[in-house]
Amino acid sequence: MRQSGAGARSAPEVAAKAASGAGFLERSVRSLFLTELLSGLAVTFRYMWKKPATLNYPYEKGPLSPRFRGEHALRRYPNGEERCIACKLCEAICPAQAITIEAEPRDDGSRRTTRYDIDMTKCIYCGLCAEACPVDAIVEGPNFEFAAESREELLYNKEKLLANGDRWEHRIAANLERDAPYR
Amino acid sequence: MAEVGFWGGYAWPALLIALKVLAIVLPLLLIVAYVTLAERKVMAAMQLRVGPNVVGPLGVWQSFADALKMVFKETILPTGANRVVFLAAPALMFTLAMIGWAVIPFDDGLVLSDINVGVLYLFAISSLGVYGIIMAGWASNSRYAFLGALRSAAQMVSYEVSAGFVIITVLLAVGSLNLSDIVEAQRDLWLVIPLFPMFVIFFVSALAETNRHPFDLPEAESELVAGYQVEYSALTFGLFFIGEYANMCLMSALTTILFLGGWLAPFDVAPFTWIPGIVWFALKIALCLFVFVWVRATLPRYRYDQLMRLGWKVFLPISLFWVALTAVVLVVFDWLPQT
Repeated sequence: MRQSGAGARSAPEVAAKAASGAGFLERSVRSLFLTELLSGLAVTFRYMWKKPATLNYPYEKGPLSPRFRGEHALRRYPNGEERCIACKLCEAICPAQAITIEAEPRDDGSRRTTRYDIDMTKCIYCGLCAEACPVDAIVEGPNFEFAAESREELLYNKEKLLANGDRWEHRIAANLERDAPYR
Repeated sequence: MAEVGFWGGYAWPALLIALKVLAIVLPLLLIVAYVTLAERKVMAAMQLRVGPNVVGPLGVWQSFADALKMVFKETILPTGANRVVFLAAPALMFTLAMIGWAVIPFDDGLVLSDINVGVLYLFAISSLGVYGIIMAGWASNSRYAFLGALRSAAQMVSYEVSAGFVIITVLLAVGSLNLSDIVEAQRDLWLVIPLFPMFVIFFVSALAETNRHPFDLPEAESELVAGYQVEYSALTFGLFFIGEYANMCLMSALTTILFLGGWLAPFDVAPFTWIPGIVWFALKIALCLFVFVWVRATLPRYRYDQLMRLGWKVFLPISLFWVALTAVVLVVFDWLPQT
């Protein structure tokens, strides 16, 4: 098969070669013996024996940085008390205004949230809420597989966030510890 | 002479032929199912991917999952489509892809109908494939489908000419149109060796005739969506799909018979001749199919004018020249087959 394109060589070079008889002969022989086609086929044949570059996703997962900003979680202290003190710094800093907090003093006099909602459809996963939090209560955990079938499922409330915290605490704590020297 | 009744003279032979047809078509459909899977696996390997691996071990049930999905989807009839022709087109494509196998010899004597014009029959069948595509494109009442059908028709007609000349050189060298005789004539020397340039041209023409890469302009995804198949869904699409892959297998079988010595072992000595001919035949077809897939994974699509130039200005003169050359050589050296 003849190729009208220049192939790997640059245009002026081809023009110069085409001007001389040898260039024409060389090109004709090349196209007649399909050298470029065959070299292309050789490349794909070599690649066939290489190891696949892909990750078998649901069964294998790529490494995550300890700073990875995934699904949000509200953490607790080891004694089970929730960390959040309802300072609303996260609500204030949130650039997407995805966080809504309402707070009241609890019976024992400590200030706690009565409502802590994050609209995950608004959230831009910037991590500023976690940066702003003075007690490391709101964090973005390592989970990124929280796709849902309806929009409502992505409007997280306090209960859901605390449940996330309980579920991922192990890895969140490990990630915070690994990242601590760089902060 | 004994009286032949209804059963002995008509019904039993008909039943026997029907069984033979089933014995060819059912394995063929199974093979087609696995060709699609093998294609995806090989392409994946060449692109450093894994390919389907979830349905069953290494994805071996993938083709059945696909088939099941295809069957249970809704067949959509576009408004403004010509219903009869729209539904007849895929049936025609499927039928044509199947009936070509009637004359293919799988082994010595293992052929459904050993007719003396086998090559002509095959050529006629593969030419008729254009009708299915034209009917599909026209009946869909859609621009993309019609454009794809026009391209496909022009392309298949163009490449049939040079493929025809290639077959003529083979016939000159063999002296028979019977496919079994063509294979038998290659016992000493496969025709791929003396007629290598013809082999290359025939294979490339086969790529073009089956609308495979790099000549898949009729269904060029990036410009025509899917060409003549645009409006088809579910089983009607499935019939086109099976037809395309069965045609690929048929073209590979034809290449094997014409050039690669059909069911003959590569060397006519003991360890090779122990393996039954049908296995050799299957291996050679598999090799051809691999090249089909290999080419698809390697080459970019031709532009339409390049495609036409290649067919008419390159392949046609070369194959004509080789027809003349072969004829002259055969006469001058007195190698004409004596039959």
